[in-house]
Amino acid sequence: MTATLADLSAREIARRVRRGELTASEVLDQTLERINEVEGRAPTTEPYDPKPEDRELIHAYVSLVEARARGQAQSVDKAVRDGRDPGPLAGVPLAVKDIFCVEGTRSTAGSRILENFTAPYSATPVARLEAAGAVTVGKANLDEFTFGSSNESSAFLPPPGNPWDPSRVPGGSSGGSTAAVAAGEAALSLATDTAGSIRQPAAFCGVVGLKPTYGRVSRYGLIAFASSLDCPGTVSRDVTDAGLMLGAMAGEDPADATAAAVEVPDYLAELERGVEGLRVGLSPNYFRLAYPDPETGELREQSIDPQIEAAVHRAAESLAKAGAEIVEDVPMPHTHLGIPAYFVVSRVEAASNLHRYDGVKYGYRFPGSVTGLREMYRETRGRGFGPQPKLRILMGMYVSGEQYERGYYRRALQVRSLIRQDFDRAFSADGKHRLDALLTPTTPTTAFELGRVYGDSVLMQYADLLTVAANHAGIPGLSLPAGFDSGGLPIGVQLLGSDFSEGTLLRIGRSFELATADEAWRSRRPALIEAS
Amino acid sequence: MSEKQPDTGEISVDVFDHLVELAALALDPEEREYLRGELNGQLRAIRALDAIEVDENLPITSHGVPYTEGTRPGIRQDEARNAHQADAILSQAPEVENRYLVVPDIPQEALE
Repeated sequence: MTATLADLSAREIARRVRRGELTASEVLDQTLERINEVEGRAPTTEPYDPKPEDRELIHAYVSLVEARARGQAQSVDKAVRDGRDPGPLAGVPLAVKDIFCVEGTRSTAGSRILENFTAPYSATPVARLEAAGAVTVGKANLDEFTFGSSNESSAFLPPPGNPWDPSRVPGGSSGGSTAAVAAGEAALSLATDTAGSIRQPAAFCGVVGLKPTYGRVSRYGLIAFASSLDCPGTVSRDVTDAGLMLGAMAGEDPADATAAAVEVPDYLAELERGVEGLRVGLSPNYFRLAYPDPETGELREQSIDPQIEAAVHRAAESLAKAGAEIVEDVPMPHTHLGIPAYFVVSRVEAASNLHRYDGVKYGYRFPGSVTGLREMYRETRGRGFGPQPKLRILMGMYVSGEQYERGYYRRALQVRSLIRQDFDRAFSADGKHRLDALLTPTTPTTAFELGRVYGDSVLMQYADLLTVAANHAGIPGLSLPAGFDSGGLPIGVQLLGSDFSEGTLLRIGRSFELATADEAWRSRRPALIEAS
Repeated sequence: MSEKQPDTGEISVDVFDHLVELAALALDPEEREYLRGELNGQLRAIRALDAIEVDENLPITSHGVPYTEGTRPGIRQDEARNAHQADAILSQAPEVENRYLVVPDIPQEALE
């Protein structure tokens, strides 16, 4: 199949639209055509009866907003015709993870409890991307309230399939976002990362995922999960597009007091500077660590998939050839405690945030007869929430309840300090290692089959084993495609850096792209797109 | 170390029932069994936090990135702004009467 406008990078689309060589409406038409070819039946909350063809198609979107998108595309085209600046993302098709409010659209969080909620305003990052000329095509599917690593917990089914093998999961929770971008159903996606929800599915789908520093991007209008960990970030097909998108949405926001007052640099200006003189570390604690045996569930020390470990070492060699200094044996001794601490911290915050869903102000209310307010709450929440929110509420109440907590919460927050100290030592300019970035695998395995892990909430959580430390520490993380395993599934590698070092991570990522540009794996495309 | 050590017990049926009541969740029996089993599985994972020595004086981190004088956003000006979404917000409520939110009866209980 010849590539269509749906396969162009965001930067290229914006460049051509701004010059008048292409219209935003044409880009939108071809993107909608691609969606029509690969998407399959629209996910719903009706009882799910899986059909064989569901495992051959993508199902990335909870809802499409075609009329709204056409209006946006026409505005961009009119601006170009009138000689006005249409913005740095002019005409770029955008998938918004359905955890962000977008004014006038159904904003569901992948949950029955918000199934018919129409957002009365737009989240700050959405408003900024649209003001920069991006065209929101639809709301991408996700794990319910972002609670998962496979996208199977969404109330809207069929779940998204992985474009490289739709019988496998795209990862999660931003599975719809990464699947959409990998399949050319959008050039960019706005997503969120609380434990790895951008980076893990980006690795599974062979795309670039950036979790910025906590506070780099406003959370205003993001439906909250764990407020001390949630980070809006980018999904794109290349590093340049990640920088372009981050630059358009980052920065201070009067509506979010946690959005840091840190200047937003021009991420593209330094992108091509190369890695000469930069110090990139490798840590043994990211290759061998304690996590549950996939077969028995027993927690034991084991090595990650050797093909993924090999891909990290190959990436290090490519960066070394490009001029980076590789620093081995960097100790990150608390990495394996990231998930146990996360089981406590994220649940306490989630339980608090989920109390607002009460069937009174907005969202679902149990329509049957009840004896009083309390029963209405119970029936509304019992029917509106799926099993994952219920688990998070109950665990959050248990580990924060005075009569039960026995020190869990305080200890988890102390472990968070230990994880942060690991990174502070590695990145310190006065320290032994003085790293500009740590290079790690993004995930311990490649994409697993639909249905294989879902239901086991412990094993599923450990899919974020190698990504969650960055959320505890608040630092930025960038997942990059780095080849394929023997089964043809994408492998991701991760760069972690100090606070607000997104520019450096993007620069290293771009250098890796250039160093591997001629390798055969770079030209592979999902079979589904080749066939469409 | 403080007296409060991380628990090694399981979430019993009684404790589970109490949590479910506090959380205001109507659950069917099958769901109760599944959820309680998963919670106990998660508690076993949480116990990895017991396996390390933690200095009692180690400060907690409530979120990772420290805010400094240079990065903390300033206090906003106390300026009135018009919000135009009142009707859109009210239109999302399950039951409204004369712009009031309507809820089922709130049973009264005598204080002991």
